[in-house]
Amino acid sequence: MKKENEELYYAQGLAVPETPKPGENPKPWDKTHVVGKAMPRVDAYERVSGSAVYPSDLLLPNMLYGAILRCPHPHAKIKGMDISRAKKMPGVHALINGSAPGTNPKWVYASFSRIEFPTSLFDSHCRFEGEAVAAVAAETPYQAWDALRAIKVDYEILPFVADARKALEPGAPKVHEKGNQAGETQRYERGDVKKGFEEAEATVEMAFNTPAELHTPMELHGCVANWEGDSLTVWESTQGVYAIQSGVAQALGLPLSKVRVVGHYMGGGFGSKLRAGKYTIIAAILARLTARPVKLVLTREETFLTTGNRPPSYMRLKAGVKKDGTLTALDFSCTGTGGAYPASGTALVDWVVRDLYTCPNVRTEATDVYINAGPARPMRAPGHPQGAWALEQMMDALAEAVGMDPVELRLKNIPSYSQARPGNPAYTSTGLRECLVEGAKAFGWKEAREKLAREDQKSHIRRGVGMAAGLWVAGGGGPPSSIVIKLFSDGSVNLNMGASDIGTGTKTVMAMVISEELGVKPEMIQIEHADTGTTQYATPSGGSKTIPTESPAVRAAAIDVRRQLLEVAAAEMKVDPSSLVLAGGELHLKQDPSRKVKIGEIQGLKKRGVIVGLGYRGPNPDNRVVNPFAAQFCEVEVDMRTGEVRILHFLGAHDSGRVMNRLTYDNQVFGGITMGIGLAMTEERILDQNNTGKMVNRNWHDYKLPTALDVPPGMTSLPIEPHDTEANTTGAKGLGEPVTIPTAPAVANAVYHATGVRIIDSPMSPVRLCGRFSEQRKEA
Amino acid sequence: MGDKDKHRSVGGMTRRSFIKSVGAGAAAAAAAGTLMAAGPPEEKVMKADETCRLNLKINGNVYTLLVEPRWSLLFVLREKLGMTGTKVGCERGECGACTVLINGIARYACMTLAVEAEGQDITTVEGLMEGEELGPVQQAFHDHDAFQCGYCTPGQVMAAEGLLRANPTPTAAEIQKGMSGNLCRCGAYVHIFEAVQSASRTRKGQRGQS
Repeated sequence: MKKENEELYYAQGLAVPETPKPGENPKPWDKTHVVGKAMPRVDAYERVSGSAVYPSDLLLPNMLYGAILRCPHPHAKIKGMDISRAKKMPGVHALINGSAPGTNPKWVYASFSRIEFPTSLFDSHCRFEGEAVAAVAAETPYQAWDALRAIKVDYEILPFVADARKALEPGAPKVHEKGNQAGETQRYERGDVKKGFEEAEATVEMAFNTPAELHTPMELHGCVANWEGDSLTVWESTQGVYAIQSGVAQALGLPLSKVRVVGHYMGGGFGSKLRAGKYTIIAAILARLTARPVKLVLTREETFLTTGNRPPSYMRLKAGVKKDGTLTALDFSCTGTGGAYPASGTALVDWVVRDLYTCPNVRTEATDVYINAGPARPMRAPGHPQGAWALEQMMDALAEAVGMDPVELRLKNIPSYSQARPGNPAYTSTGLRECLVEGAKAFGWKEAREKLAREDQKSHIRRGVGMAAGLWVAGGGGPPSSIVIKLFSDGSVNLNMGASDIGTGTKTVMAMVISEELGVKPEMIQIEHADTGTTQYATPSGGSKTIPTESPAVRAAAIDVRRQLLEVAAAEMKVDPSSLVLAGGELHLKQDPSRKVKIGEIQGLKKRGVIVGLGYRGPNPDNRVVNPFAAQFCEVEVDMRTGEVRILHFLGAHDSGRVMNRLTYDNQVFGGITMGIGLAMTEERILDQNNTGKMVNRNWHDYKLPTALDVPPGMTSLPIEPHDTEANTTGAKGLGEPVTIPTAPAVANAVYHATGVRIIDSPMSPVRLCGRFSEQRKEA
Repeated sequence: MGDKDKHRSVGGMTRRSFIKSVGAGAAAAAAAGTLMAAGPPEEKVMKADETCRLNLKINGNVYTLLVEPRWSLLFVLREKLGMTGTKVGCERGECGACTVLINGIARYACMTLAVEAEGQDITTVEGLMEGEELGPVQQAFHDHDAFQCGYCTPGQVMAAEGLLRANPTPTAAEIQKGMSGNLCRCGAYVHIFEAVQSASRTRKGQRGQS
């Protein structure tokens, strides 16, 4: 499981160059002047004015529009295809279905840990609804769709399986010839679980289920592809331009130097835009065949079917606890599915069970199966929200079983090291205790529980409070990353980095880091990023690792610039570089601040034109783990007649290390909670399991995202900032994913507190809640 | 219809005759059912990809272009006129990324045919700018960090603009309701509420000065 995480986001133990040299690492900042303040984004103007050009906005001269025909069945074989009429349709310039030479390259479906399934771009065996069957390029998207409708495909419809729980039953239709189990069942064990349950004074066992969730970022998946001679440029809505570059080069058999991928702006990904899609390759082929640029942006429905999901998890958890709240045993099992191809359907679902709380005896088991549905992709904290849905409701149930406050029970079991990793390495910092204690205090947890206990909740409107905690296996970041900073002769700066800003405010944080080190105002910093042709290498922005990965490298590059600047200035002033101080765009003597020179007046810099500083991301500390921690609290109001839940307030207390920009930090906390409310309340992919196997709710009308009416108007963000001197040189630990991990179980616990009904299936829709309330009334 | 007939295009095609002509095809769903049924049958039926001439008044400027009757206003704005501030999210009226103002009212450009928009006063996010300065709603979104990836943002800004034109001093509940036709998957709603509140105050101040 450790490997899954490494392979997905970054490489551990990689030999990388370091600046400054090992041992010369800058000390963590003691006091900051810019970092940590609330600063609007450096690209806010572009985004609110509409002038930011996202990949789907791009218009090139003579551009054509691509569209993809998709298999309408969950499982089918193509027996024949008639494209003769479609080819002659008005505006059509190219039509491919893999039959012509050079139009059906190898395509590899792969899990996080690179379990690979080689197939081809257009495979006659379609194992999920939405698999690509043919594609067309035409003068307008309307004409492209006309042509697709004119293609006649003869399908042999095959039996399908659409429910992970039935995939391993004898006689279940086979997704793959070798069977429906995706790899071996993953097992983990420490201590003696049997003995642990014998020691327990209370034992609770429950099933928990979460359905598949869909990413549905606002910008559709897609790209514009254009050839100049034998060189291909792709503008793609992506979280990582270098990952797309390698995917495209591999599929088309091109040298990396012939593939340039650009992705300056991108409209959200949440993990679904970490790798190249078939659409990227198809756009490149259509552009080559027509010798014209091709824009291929998927329709919303295609993104529902084909661009990934958070796999469904069917979980069982048994837990033992002593009367004093000490956990004695956890026994967890999970079945999940990454869809029709290897896609890590159960990856990391058990991680919070293994590592969030101190427990000597733990056993977990995870079985990943194939079903006839679109392949999963990592979705915001893969596995964790599902595992937390089980574990954090279980902790609530255990607290009740031993008559303890849920916060107190958690405080009783706080680990200082990672129990699930070999060698039990210590955390560089763990703010879990502070998240719980400070969060409870700021929320008014005790007072709210006491007040609600006194109130006579006879009305059909019931109130309750709930909380949950979490940790995120990654965060922390790590190599590789390289950064170039140019200091121009007037003191303004250019930052060159390969990383994408996926909406978390990466660019702004990097500008603040440079400002902190060089004293230059953020608005005087030009940022070039996310372009394999012109910017440095970066891993995709995912795993909450972008700021912890990039910001130390940016800081190192800024320090490299400062060192060189001081040398140039010192030579001119005929002093020692160590006697100079850089502040506010000026250099002055430590001993005599009146002896000073403005950066723009340094003759040596004027002659050179620029000073170039290099920064590399050094390795993380040996035998240490860098993880973010979290606790969230909420209050809900439940209507016992209608099953409607109104969330009144939410508080997120997060230890993600240093707060880099308070404004974007709070936004990220609220956004993570909002997505967690989706898991808790509204989001569920529904497959027609019995009749057709097709997705029933393939649009935002039927698949409900939280809207402005579904979030509490007031949310509180409470940063917990442990003084972490070990994690890295900026102290950031990653925020984007931990913020969505505890949310759904916190809501479920609040609903339980309000109603006395434990909801084991997400989402807690009014229909489901009404059903459960009526069952409870019958039982009573 | 009398008012709309003033905007008869040079090719002689009225909005009314168009709607009768697109009974088949993808655009049919967007047209009102009652209008489709009207009209004598002998009038010329346009094919789906035939073009007609159209004048669109966008941000105070009139653009004359040839459009297929099935083209959405969203498609024409983005792909034919290059006004890509207006975003595409779902093309079926679910997300609000394409929100523009039509005669001052927030509308989904994906659910409006370009030919339906003839003669209407269309405002896009580009039209809220005062030269290179941000308008008050845009400035509030900027200052309150009322977005993350920024893709739904032009639509959110236009929805807020429409809301504030109809109700200059909305309550918190009215803001929540007024903004509920626009999805934000990043979940920046709390900051969006703050921005709308703040823009309402700024606009009030500006009205006070003038």
